[in-house]
Amino acid sequence: MATQSLSATPAAPAQDSRRPSSVASGTTKKPNIFKRIAQHFRRYWELWLLSAPALIFVAIFAYVPMWGIQLAFRKFDPDKGLTGGDWVGFYYFKQFFHSPLFGEIMTNTIRISLWTLVMSFIFPIILALLINQIHSTKVKGFVQTVTYMPHFISVVVIVSMLNIFLTPGSGIIGRFLGPESVMGNPKAITSVYWISEVWQHCGWNSIIYLAALAGVDTSLYEAAKIDGAGRWQLIRTVDIPAIMPTAGILLILSMGSVLNVGFDKIFLMQNSLNLPATEVISTYTYKIGILNSQFSYSTAIGLFNTVVNFVFLITANAISKKISETSIF
Amino acid sequence: MSTTTVTPAPKTSGDEIPWNKHQRQHLTPGDWVASIIIYGLITLAVIAVLYPLWFVVIASFSNPNKVAAGDVFLLPKGVTFVGYAKVFANARIWRGYLNTIIYSVVGTAVNLAVTIPCAFALSRKEFKPRRVILFLFTVTMFIAGGLIPNYLLYKQLGLLNSMWVFILPGAVSVYNVIVARSFFETSIPEELFEAAQLDGESYLGYFFRIVIPLSSAILAVIGLYYFVGHWNDFMTGLIFITDDEKQPLQVVLQQLLLVAQGTATNVDAAAQQQAADQIKFGIIIVSTLPLMVIYPFLQKYFNKGVMLGAVKG
Repeated sequence: MATQSLSATPAAPAQDSRRPSSVASGTTKKPNIFKRIAQHFRRYWELWLLSAPALIFVAIFAYVPMWGIQLAFRKFDPDKGLTGGDWVGFYYFKQFFHSPLFGEIMTNTIRISLWTLVMSFIFPIILALLINQIHSTKVKGFVQTVTYMPHFISVVVIVSMLNIFLTPGSGIIGRFLGPESVMGNPKAITSVYWISEVWQHCGWNSIIYLAALAGVDTSLYEAAKIDGAGRWQLIRTVDIPAIMPTAGILLILSMGSVLNVGFDKIFLMQNSLNLPATEVISTYTYKIGILNSQFSYSTAIGLFNTVVNFVFLITANAISKKISETSIF
Repeated sequence: MSTTTVTPAPKTSGDEIPWNKHQRQHLTPGDWVASIIIYGLITLAVIAVLYPLWFVVIASFSNPNKVAAGDVFLLPKGVTFVGYAKVFANARIWRGYLNTIIYSVVGTAVNLAVTIPCAFALSRKEFKPRRVILFLFTVTMFIAGGLIPNYLLYKQLGLLNSMWVFILPGAVSVYNVIVARSFFETSIPEELFEAAQLDGESYLGYFFRIVIPLSSAILAVIGLYYFVGHWNDFMTGLIFITDDEKQPLQVVLQQLLLVAQGTATNVDAAAQQQAADQIKFGIIIVSTLPLMVIYPFLQKYFNKGVMLGAVKG
């Protein structure tokens, strides 16, 4: 069985495995379609077996909820569950747009996410360029180990560290910042959010740039040095161009999360004082949906979020394709 | 800056690594300034990351009054283990700890058992349906049902308030499938497959006897990604678990560290607050230590893992 299944592969792949994906749709008019399907499965049943668990999990836990998106256009009916009851069209979207909280939630979401997005883009690049300048492998390894470390700390711990450090009067940072609570200050909370975000993930996010820098051909440095380039020029003319493609792709991808402020951290940072500046889409859908059981309304807000993100991603990708020929699809 | 740093014997030293120590004597003043700035910034970054962590460590051993007064700076003062004694005496923490260990170990095992075989199947170029499958997988990275459809689905499947809600819904991370697939495509030589074919190996035999033993690097990286995800998962417990006995460590931490946080209004309360802070430092150490201990051993694999993620097809 084993020999047959493999050694047959190179023999006749051209005719029989060209369009196996049409299995389900059955559009192919060839008379021996069933025979070809049977042949495909005889040859590749092991690969189907290996991928089956993942396929089943993705179908159940990604595609079934996707089917449940229609709930955003339907009145929730406990008897019907995921597919919802009566069709109400854009009723819940209008409810959200006309809600007194709409403006505040949108501004908060965009403000926090844009700050974080821009800073989390810039700092890892700078850090990678710096680490790349270290000659000693030992020092380099040490700096990397240290800067990656916070990435593994949980959000709950990070936020409680923020609370303790920023306590006015006694915290190691708070005692320098006056008597007013920083965590309770709506004006300061965005900075607290992005600075702690950079602190935690800057090192980890620099790995990808370091990998790109490690791939630079050393003869480029030699050539630049013969042309009289100093250390700064080497960074500017060799290192930065080397990481540009990676940076471009990461920037496009991050555009797909313009309206995503991760739920956990901002939720944990919320308190009654800073709430006017920290209520974002993800925390609002949680409160509306899970705590208040307004299932359809919450789904509609979530869908609105997904659509806006997707539009941003497509737009960023299109712009980038035009100006730099860097694109993700 | 016009002074050149040409190497003395350009013909033979073509492979020289730039800025290695043997070239120090050729550095220009401008390069010295650059070195000072670069190392200054790196030192600053290391301190900025390390000091808060170091402070948590020393504060957890120190007399809470001294911590609050700002006396504890570089080394612990008034060493005491009262905070740790209280942490170790807290049954809820241990319950949460045990839960998290179970969820993380079982969860990671399921993750790997599902992700790795699928990634291997999708790495075989002669397996034509892989393009459609990859497309369907990638779509889920950008379009998701959202919180409420998930909630209703889990309810229907009986996952609410069950340990399986930590394990089954997140069993496959599409990102990790793509990373592992890139690894199989780029790091396992195709000749091995041809040799296996000649030996009469089936796909299963090839996968288990040849591919898996060569893939410890990718198993380590992806295993760590999943494990860290489980260990630090807070949202699942918060939203889908109502039974306190089943809550993972992170939710217990949230209740102890954040919800229970009182605001000090008088002297007594302030003293209590300080004592409470010390327990918090202890909790932070105890809950974070396992990951801090594991990860440096796996660090050498990270670059490879992240790089493979970037090669996404």
